[in-house]
Amino acid sequence: MAKVHGAVVIDGKRCKGCDLCVVACPTDVLLLQPKEVNDRGYHYAYAANPDKCIGCAACATVCPDACIEVYRVVERPA
Amino acid sequence: MTTEEIIQPQNKVYSRPRLLDERDTHYCPGCSHGVVHKIIAELLDEMGLENKTVGVAPVGCAVFAYNYIDVDWVEAAHGRAPAVATAASRLNPQNLVFTYQGDGDLAAIGTAETIHAANRGENIAMIFINNGIYGMTGGQMAPTTLLGMKTATTPYGRTAELNGYPLPISNILATLDGTCYVTRQAVHTPAAVRKTKAAIKKAFENALAKRGTSVVEVVSTCNSGWKLSPAKSNEWMVEHMFEKYPLGDLKTPSEEPKN
Repeated sequence: MAKVHGAVVIDGKRCKGCDLCVVACPTDVLLLQPKEVNDRGYHYAYAANPDKCIGCAACATVCPDACIEVYRVVERPA
Repeated sequence: MTTEEIIQPQNKVYSRPRLLDERDTHYCPGCSHGVVHKIIAELLDEMGLENKTVGVAPVGCAVFAYNYIDVDWVEAAHGRAPAVATAASRLNPQNLVFTYQGDGDLAAIGTAETIHAANRGENIAMIFINNGIYGMTGGQMAPTTLLGMKTATTPYGRTAELNGYPLPISNILATLDGTCYVTRQAVHTPAAVRKTKAAIKKAFENALAKRGTSVVEVVSTCNSGWKLSPAKSNEWMVEHMFEKYPLGDLKTPSEEPKN
């Protein structure tokens, strides 16, 4: 079966920490920074479990500030 | 496979739309406006309409929409966006003209303009953000506020005796002969965002094909006005708003052009 690898790049400076991507993620990849904040004082989102990402772009689709980039690789068995 | 191997330009499946301006929006964290702006920016880019689009911005939270989407915009007086859009589309019929309005703009002060533009069947697309509250001015009651909903001006909840009933303006617009497409969508889940994108695309196509007025209502959240977190607001919207404003198409277009 083909294996899907994904990765997200989050613009932490632009993120407002609204938590919608964390809720939307089906594989629990994302979390909000528990302590760290960005320049505007928001607890920005980060990939806490990057290995679980499947690159479905659910997080980026619901992000109101368009600060998530998504990458996906589909590895097919030889 | 390492993260560095995955993060390569050829593997990119989603990025910030090209037509969305680099500056940050002034919207509160989790505001639905950002998602709808993003959808519009993506669609205008995908449909190649960058140089033939005129947006009409409202008064309300989206008053600065012209700062965020990199196409031509006109700023209208409060509620008058459909009237301005009428002029813009009649003078340059080859252009796509759309209005972007909130519920205070479209359903309160601009009711007359909205209904008459739709009744004339102007070839414009109206995007209507309905969050049941006046967000920008501090959370006052809007015509679309639900019964029992607490706002700054209805601190004990809206009552039918004192404030009347919530106004389902899209249902009213759907009964007019001038409208060709009226639909109600939301942007609370990835699937809903994709549906809203398809609906707005259809509305833009109708405007370009001169089929009449298209209205896309987006039932939205105002987490600051509702005094809830963004995620909780979405839950509250599903539980309460969808009862009064159920999602789905209210009127679908016929294939024949109207004029």
